[in-house]
Amino acid sequence: MREITYRDAIREALYEEMERDETVFIIGEDVGVYGNIFGITEGFIEKFGKERVRDTPLSEMAILGCAVGAAMTGMRPVAEIMYVDFTGVCFDQIINQAAKMRFMSGGKTKVPLVIRANGMGAGFQAAAQHSQCLEALFMHIPGLKVVVPATPYDAKGLLKTAIRDDDPVVYLEHKMLYSIKGPVPEEDYAVPFGVADVKRSGDDITVVATQAMLHKVLRVAQTIASKGIELEVIDPRTLFPLDKRTIVESVKKTGKALIVTEECKVGGAGAEIAAIIAEEAFDYLEAPIGRIGAPHIPVPFSPPLEEFYIPSERKIEEAVQKLISIK
Amino acid sequence: MLGEKELLKIYETMLRIRSFETKIAELFAAGKIPGLYHLSIGQEAIPAGACLALEKGDYLISHHRGHGHMIGVGLEMSKMFAELFGKEAGYNRGRGGSMHLADFERNILGANGIVGAGIVIATGSGLSAKLRKTKQITICFFGDGASQEGTFHEGLNLAAIWKLPVIFLCENNQYAFSYPARSGCPVGIASRAVAYGIPSVKVDGNDPLEVYNAVKDAAARARSGDGPTLIEAVTYRWQGHWEGDPDHHKEIYRPRTEIQEWMAKDPIERFREKLMKMKLLSEETDGEIKKKIQVEVEEAVKFAEAAPYPDPKEMAKDVFATMVVELE
Repeated sequence: MREITYRDAIREALYEEMERDETVFIIGEDVGVYGNIFGITEGFIEKFGKERVRDTPLSEMAILGCAVGAAMTGMRPVAEIMYVDFTGVCFDQIINQAAKMRFMSGGKTKVPLVIRANGMGAGFQAAAQHSQCLEALFMHIPGLKVVVPATPYDAKGLLKTAIRDDDPVVYLEHKMLYSIKGPVPEEDYAVPFGVADVKRSGDDITVVATQAMLHKVLRVAQTIASKGIELEVIDPRTLFPLDKRTIVESVKKTGKALIVTEECKVGGAGAEIAAIIAEEAFDYLEAPIGRIGAPHIPVPFSPPLEEFYIPSERKIEEAVQKLISIK
Repeated sequence: MLGEKELLKIYETMLRIRSFETKIAELFAAGKIPGLYHLSIGQEAIPAGACLALEKGDYLISHHRGHGHMIGVGLEMSKMFAELFGKEAGYNRGRGGSMHLADFERNILGANGIVGAGIVIATGSGLSAKLRKTKQITICFFGDGASQEGTFHEGLNLAAIWKLPVIFLCENNQYAFSYPARSGCPVGIASRAVAYGIPSVKVDGNDPLEVYNAVKDAAARARSGDGPTLIEAVTYRWQGHWEGDPDHHKEIYRPRTEIQEWMAKDPIERFREKLMKMKLLSEETDGEIKKKIQVEVEEAVKFAEAAPYPDPKEMAKDVFATMVVELE
């Protein structure tokens, strides 16, 4: 199978869906003439025109509000927020409007909207307002679906599902993954929401990881296998809906669980996953549930500080070893 | 020029709004309806005039003080009251209440509990109509308070630069809860349109004909592709900010004399006199209209009271269009 980057996978999904469905349009900052800050929509304006690839002023509330209004009236907007951090500027439209319109109407409207939040995560010294992982904020709001692709295959397949879905979807792109490559089929496919991907099977410990952390966990799994420890690595792919069953069944098999996410650990998606394991697989646990996340501080700027901040492979390996050693 | 039928319709609409909301105040005070209520008594001329200038299929976006707009476009009182009582027969099946009344079958995209949020959503229905190449316009009602929100700037600007078919109608009732519009916007709300390069007009919001004419002109402009208009309709709310606002009974932020002055400019009474002078209304026909509306209100309340509550087990079905949330 051909290999393409995460960036190109997102680009292809958008391109193909815009070709397939003329109600799909893009709205956001620097999406048209500039082609998106990460190069994702380069050439789109030439292909689809400026009516469907809409450059906006720096008005995140208007971008999201416009997208909500358009979604309720027959369109399928893909609203782009340049860095997930900027959702802070338009949070009302996400959590009070997009998320709740259908419910408040008694199920009489729908909001088929994709919020593509670019550039999540730390790793290139973008500092505290351009580096956060905010998945837990969205996961906490009823009415939103939350997608966290980690591979090019999932990035494309999940974005297709998001665009075709009739509900608001927060699609979170991790900035350190744009350049990674992976197999992506040429033909059309979609990845369903709420179905985790077991990246690696093993009997010793279940490790649940998302986005950039998934890749670190897979590298650790590779190294540690030579020492005779087999990790079962699970990528939930969507945090809401969350594939509880795959995670819980895995923990029942291995008896141990470690959750690795890059977000601040306090109140994070990882905390929710840990709580579900405790609720549904407590009797099978042979060790406390392990959790790795960022410390409860803003993402620092200076390279050694940022490096220390982001959960490392060493830290993951140590946590695995510690849990494995508990008999 | 409006004919006899339309003029009487405006009068009836104002009366229907007044009666509907007077009933809400009564039911709320008696503890018969749950929720939070923001009444527009004294402001009825705006929805009555504005809604008459709209066409079927146009989008309407309202706000927390929105019963008048709903009645203005012809929503049924029975299903509105059913919503206020929290019943399944309500427009929102009891999921929304007063602040979220909507009727998607008529393109009434809803009231909104967040002040100013509708202003940017209106750019979306405007853009949608433009992209789908329909002739639909959007009217977006909001208050003087909303004009101080960032959405006002972002929304009007976006609508202006994209020439969206939207009418922004600010119902300046002079107080954002307790905060006076004259303090928040000394320059005047209508004059802000200059900054966006769009036309604006300030009208007497207690005169339904002035409102009608302004909206009619703005609608024609929007429908012919000339973009948005800002209308500021100056009015006054007689009640407190919400039913239960102590200012309604004791002077806190509004001088009583000010309230009395504005009550003397009652839009309904003024229009009644006008219709009398024009010989379109007599004491007798006026009495008949009022009686008819009273019966309508009483029957609507009766319907709502008797209607069944929604089944709690069903509510998880309305969160998403494509999945059902677990109810533990």
